[in-house]
Amino acid sequence: MHEFLRNTWIIAKREFVAYFSTPLATVFLIIFIALTGAFAFYVGGFFERGQADLSPFFQYHPWLYLLLVPAVAMRLWAEERKSGTIELLMTLPISPWEAILGKFLAAWAFIGVALLLTLPMWITVNVLGSPDNGVILAGYIGSFLMAGAFLAIGSCISALTRNQVIAFIVSASICFLLVMSGLELVLNVLRAWTPGFIVTAVSSMSFLSHFDRISKGVLDLSAVVFYLSLIAFALFANRIFVELKKAD
Amino acid sequence: MAVLIEASGLEKRFGDILAVDGISLRVQQGEVLGFLGPNGAGKSTTMKMLAGFLEPDAGAARIAGIDVQEQPKLAKRKLGYLPEGAPCYGDMSVRAFLVFIAEIRGFDREEAKRRVDAAVEKTQLAAVLEQRIETLSKGFKRRVAIAQAILHDPQVLIMDEPTDGLDPNQKHQVRKLIAAMAADKAIIVSTHILEEVEAVCSRAVIINRGRIVADGTAEDLMRRLPYHNTIAMHVPVGRAEAVARALAEFSAISKVETVGRENGKVRLRAMPSAGAPTPSELASLIRSRLIEAEEVHVERGNLDDVFRQITTSDAGTSHA
Repeated sequence: MHEFLRNTWIIAKREFVAYFSTPLATVFLIIFIALTGAFAFYVGGFFERGQADLSPFFQYHPWLYLLLVPAVAMRLWAEERKSGTIELLMTLPISPWEAILGKFLAAWAFIGVALLLTLPMWITVNVLGSPDNGVILAGYIGSFLMAGAFLAIGSCISALTRNQVIAFIVSASICFLLVMSGLELVLNVLRAWTPGFIVTAVSSMSFLSHFDRISKGVLDLSAVVFYLSLIAFALFANRIFVELKKAD
Repeated sequence: MAVLIEASGLEKRFGDILAVDGISLRVQQGEVLGFLGPNGAGKSTTMKMLAGFLEPDAGAARIAGIDVQEQPKLAKRKLGYLPEGAPCYGDMSVRAFLVFIAEIRGFDREEAKRRVDAAVEKTQLAAVLEQRIETLSKGFKRRVAIAQAILHDPQVLIMDEPTDGLDPNQKHQVRKLIAAMAADKAIIVSTHILEEVEAVCSRAVIINRGRIVADGTAEDLMRRLPYHNTIAMHVPVGRAEAVARALAEFSAISKVETVGRENGKVRLRAMPSAGAPTPSELASLIRSRLIEAEEVHVERGNLDDVFRQITTSDAGTSHA
């Protein structure tokens, strides 16, 4: 166990530093902060609502993640395969799980940094009024979990191709479907011609419905389990894809 | 001596193509095995299976006695591997990359630093230690990948084209490095450069279409050439027939043939008969008897010819 943690940590550390080896990381962080702010203030009507909470801020996270998280995830495996370093990595004395988890955790930590940089929002809302900080904390946890789920899917897709652009487009599309499946717009279309249990199944797969509940302060177990099991499932698929495609 | 690398019946199929078709080989401690073959013969695929990167469809690979499939981590600890194309993380500095490898190899901070310093010295990387790997020349990149492979002083080294892209001085350096490490390790080196086999390898294996078609020392392989250990000489055009006749009268010579002409000289080749003295004795005998014969020397042949003969003939599938 100790060795597992140690190796995962070494991989994660390398991967995390690699994000900052180009200006892209900084660009990403700036875009993330600018967009979360812009959505909250202009689209979400943060001031106009006259309520001391962060729901206009969290509300748009699924849509932001849709584009930004696949951008963080796309290089994880596609880059390794393109440059051939996957052969180096997989012949080092580490297990595939250590590599997969290390990479995933590094990318997740990177998104964690992006989220931490939005803390001034939290401070602002506390200065302006007296929000329910428990709800906000739940929102942050939910947002982070949701980002993890997007990311695991992105990492999994990244193992299927050596082309980062393809990895980005495919994982963004999959994430788009998973977000959309919670919209009434989509569910109504389904309701017209499918039995009820399919509609329920589709909506329960949605990122939106689970995130809505969390961001309203209900950190319910089912949402947490949903995201965590989605992460586990995607990383498991990731493991299979890495094995399958590493030699191509 | 212990057998440190062992392949038994390795097979690998990519779709319809049987890339490796039953390769078995053993490399002992102290041996440097040269791995030769045309492009696409299955060299790299075999090495990837030995290193545990690819799973064989059949057969098994053992590194230092440990089955690569059953205990991959343990086997990989005993192995230093230079993959094809010498891939390294381009976004890292040479030092950061080597420290990363040392950490993964389980060395603590002090020991990691010591190991990195030693590997850097052996591969002469001190000048570029703080540079990002992607900014380095091909030769430096290759040496970074070699440094990575030898960092933990492994019992077994598998290197896919370690001298590709190096200039002659760097090639010499790498060969010296391999020779210096050879005594207590088992090493496999794949190469296209046949002179390299003679320079560093104690044994060579030639593979073609996924099978081993020759296995032996460079001398063993050259013995397969029809003109190996024949006596070659140059004779002025006008005297060629007379010299050939004189040679044919030697009891030690079974046959004389003309193999070409250049600059007004004819090139003759004399085959020693059974029971002839050693080729060098025969050569000096000819030198003393036939003064018209110039540049009399023993033809050993070269590996290029062996390589061509073995890998282009249809009979090339017979095992040595």
